[in-house]
Amino acid sequence: MTTDRMPTLLRHLGFAAVAGLALFALTYTLEPFRNFQLATIGAYLCATAGLTVLTGLNGQLSLGHGALMAVGAYTVALCQNAFADANILGGEVLYVSLGLGVLTTIVVGLIVGLAAARLRGPYLAGVTLAVSVVISAVTTIWSDVFNSDQGLSVYLEPPPDYLTMEQWQAWLALGAALLVMFLLANVIRSRFGRQFRAVRDDEVAARLAGINIARTQVLAFTVSAAGAGLGGGILAVITQAVSPSAYSLVLSLNLLLAVVVGGLGSLAGAVWGSALLVLLPDLAHTASEQLSLSPAAALRLEGNLPLAIFGLTLIVVMIAAPGGIQGLVRRLIGGRR
Amino acid sequence: MYSTLVRRGLALFASVALAAGAAACSGGDSPGSKPKADVPGVTDTEILVGTHMPLTGPASAGYSKIAPASKAFFDFVNANGGVHGRKINYKIMDDGYNPANTQTVVRQLVQQDKVFAILNGLGTPTHTGVLDFLKTNKVPDLFVASGSRSWNQPDKYPGTFGFQTNYTVEGKILANHVKNTYAGKKVCFLGQNDDFGRDSLAGVEKILGATGLADKQTYVVTTPNVGPQIGSFKAKGCEVVILATVPGFTALSLGTAARLQYKPQFVVSSVGGDYNTLSRQLGEAKGLIEGLVGAFYLPLYTQVDDPWIKLFQKVNTEYNKGVDFDGNIIYGMSVAYLFVQVLQAAGKDLTRESLIAAVEKGGYVGPGLAPVRYSKTDHSGYGGERMITVTGGVQSFFGPAYETDDGDGPVKEYSAAQAQPPANGLPTS
Repeated sequence: MTTDRMPTLLRHLGFAAVAGLALFALTYTLEPFRNFQLATIGAYLCATAGLTVLTGLNGQLSLGHGALMAVGAYTVALCQNAFADANILGGEVLYVSLGLGVLTTIVVGLIVGLAAARLRGPYLAGVTLAVSVVISAVTTIWSDVFNSDQGLSVYLEPPPDYLTMEQWQAWLALGAALLVMFLLANVIRSRFGRQFRAVRDDEVAARLAGINIARTQVLAFTVSAAGAGLGGGILAVITQAVSPSAYSLVLSLNLLLAVVVGGLGSLAGAVWGSALLVLLPDLAHTASEQLSLSPAAALRLEGNLPLAIFGLTLIVVMIAAPGGIQGLVRRLIGGRR
Repeated sequence: MYSTLVRRGLALFASVALAAGAAACSGGDSPGSKPKADVPGVTDTEILVGTHMPLTGPASAGYSKIAPASKAFFDFVNANGGVHGRKINYKIMDDGYNPANTQTVVRQLVQQDKVFAILNGLGTPTHTGVLDFLKTNKVPDLFVASGSRSWNQPDKYPGTFGFQTNYTVEGKILANHVKNTYAGKKVCFLGQNDDFGRDSLAGVEKILGATGLADKQTYVVTTPNVGPQIGSFKAKGCEVVILATVPGFTALSLGTAARLQYKPQFVVSSVGGDYNTLSRQLGEAKGLIEGLVGAFYLPLYTQVDDPWIKLFQKVNTEYNKGVDFDGNIIYGMSVAYLFVQVLQAAGKDLTRESLIAAVEKGGYVGPGLAPVRYSKTDHSGYGGERMITVTGGVQSFFGPAYETDDGDGPVKEYSAAQAQPPANGLPTS
């Protein structure tokens, strides 16, 4: 067991280091806006990686991951602002806030996970959906703390001198994403990962094999929530603002969409999905600008056309590659498993 | 094990390639001649300006018409030679009123499209999130489409300017009318639970005093029910209700009061007082709007004889495909008119600094009924309003225009006659 696990760990470490170096180099070649997009991809990736493990490997559907991101985001915003008010300054403070954001989300994830473990199928979807919807109600009821629909701004120290704002954002987000990917890759290959899959495939068989079903499901939900919390915290930092409308049900649906289109249950698929979430609307917008339309049609289509292109692309991907993009990639490189 | 490595490596390679590809796509410069003195977005023949607007989503109703109206006015100016030989290219980005999207599209405008300035970005929550970004990048941030006081902080945000009468000034003017007209009556207040409601309430209380309101209630946009609030007003015997509400909640308040057999005098903010919008929301119950008192700072679309309305209608027909003419069109074109005036004043050697200096020079007169106040220490915009009411289903002005500040200054009559548009309709500085 030990001899088998060490290489896995080392391999993942090596892989993370290589990916880190490549991305590090990339941030120096990209324009600021592309770095910002890269940072956004990183933030989404933290959440989608967790979600793909939960939904793909453990078989629990969650429509509440946008809300879990909001928990992380609001915690980071409140901590940053509280630290700044108390005159506790310095670059390290941000990491404390992010850590607290993850911890808070883990607690919330644990509570939701406890409820979720008792439910199956549409009932599970219903509970997680409720979590999504409740966020704006919470921010409204305690509007003194969360400032209702208007949300909060996030206090930030300026980035180190040797980095531009966007490079710093990209480093932060990609660092977090790599950390999440590295940890999840190890979890998947561990005993826990095998238990996740066993529970997904057949609960009765898993129970006969001595696996505690409920505990495994709660664990999967909590792990997944931690990723979402970190992603939300990072998103709050790079956008310097949190508000309920930025973490609405639409975000939860988008995250789910990303992991399905990317390839359910695969971490590489989560990368594809996150990249798609950020780049596809942009590409669709550019494409719609290339079309020359009459002013009347343009007025009606402005803003709507990118949405239509986005939707159509997703439908095409689902028809052409039901296993998601990662499934397609695997097929293309020669039927390897 | 090997295949996992290949798979992971491939995924990484692909994602890097994707990002790099996206970066490569972005190199295209806009056609036209060379930049004059390395001013972003300005060439000898063109000025590129951007905005963020809700073109889709729940907030887009009505608001989505503002930016196209501004663009139509720019097209009108461009067709007549532009400003100092430059044509204005107005790039409209949709943010769906989602602050996260605003972050992205404004970065795209500034860093990717290299716009000269951001003009008339719409919304308090959306625009608040990009203030620091625009300041860091020294991008002029003109005429934000919201009445929050946040835009008037010259020390903190030297490049940001408001446009419309801010909510506190408006609150003071509404309260001034209430104090003079309904003396001795019980006054209550319903406001949106954000800057809009809070700033407005601050203005109202400056005039009526901290104890001048018998009841104060708030609502949130996500909960479309004001039954408890209106019920409380009725129970407390409020005779005048001041509303700092968006159109949907103005309509809801009127309807709820009618259902409760409760008939106070409603006095509403310019944000939620447009007759056309309200009558569309109330449908058959639009009779409830009769007698509604409000205030406004631009001409009304019902004033068909007003020279400004005639000008805007002409531009709307010729350059905006004659879309349904309403307050949003007037708003968009008034913003564009002021922007062209400022560009004229900034002169031929246009830089971001000269643009800011031109706005701060102030003294602009346009379609508004109140003074436009810009100076080095005041970035607020319109500083007053005139009262309006609805009679026989037609909204019209009454009484004098008023001006005031958002501090403790008095509410004064503003007697200067409304400016006339130039004969050819082209703004001059």
